[in-house]
Amino acid sequence: MTASTENALFQCLLRLGDNTLILGHRLGEWCGHAPALEEDIALANTALDLMGQTRHWLTLAGTIEGQGRSEDDLAMLRDVWDFRNVLLVEQPNRDYGHTLMRQYLFDHYHLLMLHGLCDSSDSRLADIAAKSVKEVTYHAERSAELVIALGDGTEESHRRMQDALDRLFPFVGEMFETDAIDETMAQSGIAPLPSSLRPAFDTQLDQVLAEATLSKPTDDFAHQGGRTGSRHSEHLGHLLSSMQWLQRAYPGAQW
Amino acid sequence: MYAQLIKADTSQREEDAARTQAFQRRIDAGEKIEPKDWMPEGYRRTLIRQIGQHAHSEIVGQLPEGNWISRAPTLERKTILLAKVQDEAGHGLYLYCAAETLGVSRDEMTEMLLDERMKYSSIFNYPTLTWADMGAVGWLVDGAAIMNQVPLQRTSYGPYARAMIRICKEESFHQRQGFDIMNQLAKGTPAQKTMAQNALDRFWYPALMMFGPPDSDSVHSEQNMAWKIKMNGNDELRQKFVDLTVPQAEYLGLTIPDETLQWNEEKGGYDFAGPDWGEFFDVIKGNGPCNKERLEARRKAWEDGAWVRDGLLAHAKKKARRAAQEAA
Repeated sequence: MTASTENALFQCLLRLGDNTLILGHRLGEWCGHAPALEEDIALANTALDLMGQTRHWLTLAGTIEGQGRSEDDLAMLRDVWDFRNVLLVEQPNRDYGHTLMRQYLFDHYHLLMLHGLCDSSDSRLADIAAKSVKEVTYHAERSAELVIALGDGTEESHRRMQDALDRLFPFVGEMFETDAIDETMAQSGIAPLPSSLRPAFDTQLDQVLAEATLSKPTDDFAHQGGRTGSRHSEHLGHLLSSMQWLQRAYPGAQW
Repeated sequence: MYAQLIKADTSQREEDAARTQAFQRRIDAGEKIEPKDWMPEGYRRTLIRQIGQHAHSEIVGQLPEGNWISRAPTLERKTILLAKVQDEAGHGLYLYCAAETLGVSRDEMTEMLLDERMKYSSIFNYPTLTWADMGAVGWLVDGAAIMNQVPLQRTSYGPYARAMIRICKEESFHQRQGFDIMNQLAKGTPAQKTMAQNALDRFWYPALMMFGPPDSDSVHSEQNMAWKIKMNGNDELRQKFVDLTVPQAEYLGLTIPDETLQWNEEKGGYDFAGPDWGEFFDVIKGNGPCNKERLEARRKAWEDGAWVRDGLLAHAKKKARRAAQEAA
């Protein structure tokens, strides 16, 4: 593997691992506060799956980088500009509708990406994807069912789900953005081109929204800047100030 | 007419007395009481109170530990803590199900928690201030809970006993993870060791309170023991907890915050100072450091979640109606 492919692979792995890390962290914030006990348990389950995947992606990222950084070094000791997650996953939980809509939009992108990664020319990625795809298949089923149920539920639940969709839709486009890193990954057969996943995503989104009686926003404007690290939202800094606090306050300590 | 009423009342009482005796004989013989079996009203009421209180403790107990999920120091610790707090929610669920077999719904019990007709364990009204508190809660609070709960695996009410078997397995894992956090801190930097000692200092006496007031002041004990709803005395379990925990603190190199603590050869156990029972009753009355925050958080979750529960229910009804229409 050339140095530039290796660097692109490192960035690709950070994108995968940071997405699951930040979303897993956000879901953990619900623990003990969800609308029903079953939901509390299900959110924690999803968060646990995502944290497990994070550990695989970031450990592999550290290996590829070859600077001796562990999963925790990467998670706890980078600052905002070095994070490569999409803006969608760092959006705050807001109400349960926003949390579920964010989950649904991410899960369906995530599932398509993982299916593609299962065929990766790099068996290390294919192995992690094969394990993750089983978990994410369930996440995607669950979040779609809930979006449908609450979209079609009461007047209030419909209104809240539509608000959530309107608020989060501008963060969808970034997941399918394609840059030089993605081109390199696709050319090496390591990862699918994100833009190639969009048609399948749209078909599924249209079906779910129709069943949920929700309307897709007509403006397809997409915020950018998370997966390149060029401009995250203000929310990420606050998330990191909680997540990284102990490691920052007690440098070098073992936990 | 009046005479007939008296006669009916008397025969009813005789019948109840006979049933109560037969019920007690079943318990004495070690039989399990199952949901459809006849049981005295007092037995049913006491169990609802006890199982409900236990379920609420699991749910409110998510909050002090949930407080540190966002700040756990490593991905592994974060994962373990998340799994642990999720287990507590699962325990709450089994216990609410066990209580439901006695004819009270989960929603009714939740309302009773929120309007303070039912209680939860006073320990969860203490704050978790540092990461070491995750260690202390696992080691001491789960340790004390196990001491209370292991005997309940043999309690007379079948659904409760079965729920406790599952819960105890998970609790012993929780206790070990708490000890592991303490161990890591105790052998860590001086600041980490201070953090661990500080957590022990704050949680030691509240953990001792978890066994309840001294037997001499404890109400309901005798009848509940006969019914095998309560299996051991409070003082006996507290002593057992202290005897087991002191050597663990020594292993960690931490100091139990009790200057009077001393091995008593004659009784084969430690002599130790009891907690401040005035503080215990203050906390029970609602004046603990976090009572207001804990109930506020539960009320907020319940109220903010109402639209979700209503929405799911409305969709389920619509779906059933559509299915029925299609079938017709």
